[in-house]
Amino acid sequence: MSRNLFLFGGVAVLFLLTGLMASWNQSLYILNISLVFALMSLGVNMQWGYAGLFNTGVMGFAALGGLAVALTAAPPVAAAWQAGGLGVLGGLILGAAILGLAVVLYRRMAPGRSRTLALLVVLIGGFFLFRAVFDPAVTAVEAINPSVSGNLGGLGLPLLFAWPLGGLLAAAAAWAIGKTALGLRSDYLAIATLGIAEIVVAVMKNEDWLARGVKMVNLSERPWPVPFEVDLQRTAWFTDMAANWGFDPVTGSSIFVKLCYTALIAVVLVSIVFLSERALNSPWGRMMRAIRDNEISAAAMGKDVTRRHLHVFILGSAVIGVAGAIFVSMDGILNPGTYQPLRFTFLIWVMVIVGGSGNNWGAVLGALLIGWLYLIVEQVGPNIMGAITAGLPEGALKAHLVDSAQHMRLLTLGVILLLVLRFSPRGLLPEK
Amino acid sequence: MDILNALVAFLNFVFVPGLTYGAQLALGALGVTLIYGILRFSNFAHGDTMAFGTMVTILFTWWFQSMGISFGVLPTALLALPFGIAVTAALVLGTDRAVYRFYRKQKAAPTILVIVSMGVMFVMNGIVRLIIGVEDQNFADGGRFLISAGDFKKMTGLSEGLAIKGSQAVTVITAVVVVAFLFWFLQKTRTGKSMRAFSDNEDLALLSGINPDRVVQVTWILAAALATIAGVLYGLDKSFKPFTYFQLLLPIFAAAIVGGLGSPLGAIAGGFVIAFSEVMLTYAWKKVVTYLVPDSLAPDGLLQLMSTDYKFAVSFAILIIVLLFMPTGLFKGKSF
Repeated sequence: MSRNLFLFGGVAVLFLLTGLMASWNQSLYILNISLVFALMSLGVNMQWGYAGLFNTGVMGFAALGGLAVALTAAPPVAAAWQAGGLGVLGGLILGAAILGLAVVLYRRMAPGRSRTLALLVVLIGGFFLFRAVFDPAVTAVEAINPSVSGNLGGLGLPLLFAWPLGGLLAAAAAWAIGKTALGLRSDYLAIATLGIAEIVVAVMKNEDWLARGVKMVNLSERPWPVPFEVDLQRTAWFTDMAANWGFDPVTGSSIFVKLCYTALIAVVLVSIVFLSERALNSPWGRMMRAIRDNEISAAAMGKDVTRRHLHVFILGSAVIGVAGAIFVSMDGILNPGTYQPLRFTFLIWVMVIVGGSGNNWGAVLGALLIGWLYLIVEQVGPNIMGAITAGLPEGALKAHLVDSAQHMRLLTLGVILLLVLRFSPRGLLPEK
Repeated sequence: MDILNALVAFLNFVFVPGLTYGAQLALGALGVTLIYGILRFSNFAHGDTMAFGTMVTILFTWWFQSMGISFGVLPTALLALPFGIAVTAALVLGTDRAVYRFYRKQKAAPTILVIVSMGVMFVMNGIVRLIIGVEDQNFADGGRFLISAGDFKKMTGLSEGLAIKGSQAVTVITAVVVVAFLFWFLQKTRTGKSMRAFSDNEDLALLSGINPDRVVQVTWILAAALATIAGVLYGLDKSFKPFTYFQLLLPIFAAAIVGGLGSPLGAIAGGFVIAFSEVMLTYAWKKVVTYLVPDSLAPDGLLQLMSTDYKFAVSFAILIIVLLFMPTGLFKGKSF
């Protein structure tokens, strides 16, 4: 216990130092993002730490969470719905129905040439039917005022609804992937999740009707009760407080907003840590660990290993989806171009491994520590590199060296991951 | 005449690009499948090994070019290739010594090795970005075309041209030579036979006195050579960009799994299955069909089944189908 306190205290000191030496704004910015990373790490920890499942598609599940924000909070575009809303929805339902029909045929018909033929007819014919319904609707929707909308818009609901919806979307994707790839070799899940992540991001970049693709969705609201800085600066009690306590209202408002976010995320984080700790110490948690440690003997005890794996895979992905939704609602912008596997998948893995896989507090600690390192180097790195190379003459070499600061992060993260795996495979806070 | 035109258009836009891309994927998948067969884990660092090997080759190419050395009509990169392979093999052997060997001795679970390979991927990716940056690098030189579209039209009098780029010809010929050598090596030489024995049954191979360290070393060298060659050929044909090589990981894994992980023949078949599916599903068939059907039936649309932005979805879909219906792949690899 003292070790836990000591390590968490150490991380707290890092954030305090950032606040004192740089600025509180920056420190809180890093803290908030690290807390979201901590949520994602909890999700990965459920999959890897409890069950030994290797998910390389964290980015995809986080992106689905982000998509949920745009679909929930953005106001609906009435003209677009009129032009092609029915066609798009109908097309999607038709596509799902065709796939469903193919599954039914596959299950019901006897194996043989007639089944193959029937399946081919349904799938190929269905594909063209789907395109015939879907494509004109999409063209119609994307033609409506493309410079500001060009999409169907969202539901216009309060932003907080997006968080559970993000979890649901991610869970649905995890169900589909888990159904196919679980129960086979462990590497297959890794490869399949790598693929789904790439495809989710590709869809978000290219399907303009959905969330404007690379043209991005700007959110005009924030999750309740977080205020906008501008409104806050006009509120009487806030300006009074600024005058009484003697701080600058502009900086103060941005710190206040960040603190609101910190509180919101902390509520989600604490409840998820609480729930997963309870789950881990329940019969269910013991069963999961038993399966992880020896699948064969757990199966011999009558546990359905593949089904349990599917459950925990879906749960973990849902947590990642919620975190992805929080991330976008904090940024206020959905930009599919920012989803990079190195930042959203592998960084989270380093956090979980360094923190201590199998231990929820370890995942949180790893996220705060690595998140701090990653973001502080992002902001300070080029300056340090600039100072080191100050003596060099201006030119290509110096530019290259200053540029290279951001690539050093990858190298460092990789080396940290390898060192921890080799010399302290149980991480900073080992599983009990 | 129109049928011939349609055929030429098909060859030009589907067959030749598909064949080239398939050869590149096949070489990449061979590396993955060899590592899988001998070391029994999916090497996530393979894409970045390709990037590293290509980078070294590019650096040597630039050096040669600055000294005025060239390879005539062939790209200078082919001269630099052996050096690239040597450096990559040294790096990969060093990595094995420093990283993988520890886990092999421990008999760690394959998932641990996959995570370790992810760490190696990070490091290699960092090194590549550090040295050469993240931008596109074009290093192709030598003859641009074996046959240009204009020459072909003049020669045959057809209205459709067939262009074969020098890099495409080099890719296919190099791939044939490399694959022939690899199969000769695996089937005929003593080392190759011991590798196959080790892959089939590790215990039995150890019992019969095969030196496991040597098998592992040769495997890494072969994998490094295959990765570098695949990477250089891909870079000559398209262009070199570190992130693209990371993304190639998905089609390469898909190719190896479609063929059956651990089966070299399967990796080659898988490479072509993935490449041709990708090219055929993302090609706009309008041109070919216009030649084949009467004018009154000429299509209005592009007749493109999928936009090229989704080419990764093709390899993914094939991967999913294989996992669902025949997890051992076409050539009976290892699925469990």
